[in-house]
Amino acid sequence: MILFILRRILYAIPIMFGVALVCFSLVHLAPGDPLVSVLPPDASAELQKQLRTLYGFDRSLPEQFFSWILRAVTGDLGTSIASSRSVTEEVFRAVKNTLILASFATLIGFFFGSLFGFVAGYFRDTFVDKLASFISVMGVSVPHYWLGMVLVIIFAAQLNWLPATGAGPGGSADWAWDWAHMRHLVLPAITMSVIPMGIIARTVRALVADTLAQEFIIGLRAMGLTDFGVFRHVVKNVAPTALAVMGLQLGYLLGGSILIETVFSWPGTGFLLNSAIFQRDLPLLQGTILVLAIFFVLLNVLVDILQSTLDPRITRQ
Amino acid sequence: MSQDAIIEIKDLEVVFGSGSAAVRAVNGVSLCVERGQTVALIGESGSGKSVTLRSLLRLHAPKRTSIKGSIRVAGHDVLSLSSSALSDFRGEVCSMIFQEPLLALDPVYSVGDQIIESIQRHKGCSRAEANKKALALFERVKIPSPERRLAAYPHEMSGGMRQRAMIALALACDPQVLLADEPTTALDATVQIQILLLLRELQKTLGLSIVFVTHDIGAAVEVADRIAVMYAGQIVEEGDVRTIMRAPRHPYTKALLQSRAHGSLDRGQRLATIPGAPPDLAKLPPGCAFAPRCAYAQDACREGTIALVSLGESHGARCRRTDVTHLPHTESVEA
Repeated sequence: MILFILRRILYAIPIMFGVALVCFSLVHLAPGDPLVSVLPPDASAELQKQLRTLYGFDRSLPEQFFSWILRAVTGDLGTSIASSRSVTEEVFRAVKNTLILASFATLIGFFFGSLFGFVAGYFRDTFVDKLASFISVMGVSVPHYWLGMVLVIIFAAQLNWLPATGAGPGGSADWAWDWAHMRHLVLPAITMSVIPMGIIARTVRALVADTLAQEFIIGLRAMGLTDFGVFRHVVKNVAPTALAVMGLQLGYLLGGSILIETVFSWPGTGFLLNSAIFQRDLPLLQGTILVLAIFFVLLNVLVDILQSTLDPRITRQ
Repeated sequence: MSQDAIIEIKDLEVVFGSGSAAVRAVNGVSLCVERGQTVALIGESGSGKSVTLRSLLRLHAPKRTSIKGSIRVAGHDVLSLSSSALSDFRGEVCSMIFQEPLLALDPVYSVGDQIIESIQRHKGCSRAEANKKALALFERVKIPSPERRLAAYPHEMSGGMRQRAMIALALACDPQVLLADEPTTALDATVQIQILLLLRELQKTLGLSIVFVTHDIGAAVEVADRIAVMYAGQIVEEGDVRTIMRAPRHPYTKALLQSRAHGSLDRGQRLATIPGAPPDLAKLPPGCAFAPRCAYAQDACREGTIALVSLGESHGARCRRTDVTHLPHTESVEA
């Protein structure tokens, strides 16, 4: 088992290198001058050249890539052009906030998605199934920034129950586990949970229906298991795939929450990416993308390991 | 009916679906199995043998199935058991082995875990005790290195080993009745005979009553005391193995026995077959369901219901032409 885990982690290293190469190239392929946001419009050619050398933009791309990746391995992702702060620090503060938001959203989505999925799978083609399917299709189809704004209008503007934006009182970006901070989490987490909920519900419904149609369900009944006893077997059969889908959804939410974080001004990676793009802050942009991509890879490794412990048919050789 | 009867099926009717699409899978089956006896239900695919077998544990989905008649197994009126009494009955009084154990065992639980779960479910003993019992069962069904095999998952075992494990699971709670649904069909020939011998040995030592469903007449002869031949949801002939094999009286049984290869066939010699195809169970013809394919059929065979004709002690055939069916076909046509 330990060998299997080690092997999975080793496999991840070349993937991460490839990911780093792709995100570096993409950022540099995009047109535009990265120095435009810090240079005054009337800057002299002398000053431009000086800054270009300072940030290393005068060197060849392969040279830039290798010096970036070598420093990245030691945890140094460079300095943000716009704020002159360490990219590593900026990214990890944002990652922490996004991780909190995405984890809550995935947990809510997984809970309700599994609930709807099991109910729909067990009561297939009944009214309950149609209702659960309707809710999950809505979850996938509704634009979430729109849903976010609707929730803000109802619960923040009209009812005044919850704050509309930010991650803490007074616009603070430092998270704490108290109600003053937690209440800022409610609306964005619910908005964000709607997509994983829909996808997990659809997946679980199909898995449950498929499992219930298997011969071994009759076998389990024939050996005298009650409905609840059979249900436990169904859960263990459904769990590996459901967990894999949940892990992938968490991965998407870690990087793909630009719209929601912008609507709620949540100081996470999506918000950071948004501002890095608009300010053409290349070191910040490529650092953020790299960290998110590595998270995604590691999450996949984790899901692989979890799955193989739950489903003996996934080989550990 | 005999005092010793452990299974008594009377006028069993099983219909799937309703209205014009209703499939009449079983049409008035009556069968009696004595304690310690092995009865083989034989017939081709769709003859209702597996449906009859599964009715004994009421395994059909209740929403889509209507079951009429009565089934008594070891003193339990199966069709009127409450759902909790039914799940107590399954596995404890009467259990089942399936055709393809790879599909009938849960793939994500080890075989040992499934046996232990069944023992704990019915006997309420500790896990350690259940584990000991499971180990003894694996030894009883002659699985080599049983400790290691208990921890194996179904996909890690060979076909014969899996069927042995399935038998161990079925015997986990010392049932009185064992139902076997084509237990050797998915196995290759050398393993088949091992499983049949194992079943026969277990039946003798444990005093089990077995209902054995198969379309393999050879397998039926190997394990059974009595044979019931099914066609289109009815038992068309029933008797002890010797009688059925030597002096079958129903034209279907005769045709079935003739369509086997006896020893060796000469090169170029055709194997006898039964012309036509089994009837659509949603549109059964009046009279005898076999009449359209029967060499002995007369107009009288195509109307009314055909009663079971007693042909001596514990031998009967559902046929109007039993007066001539013991003669070869050519003579009967002249008669």
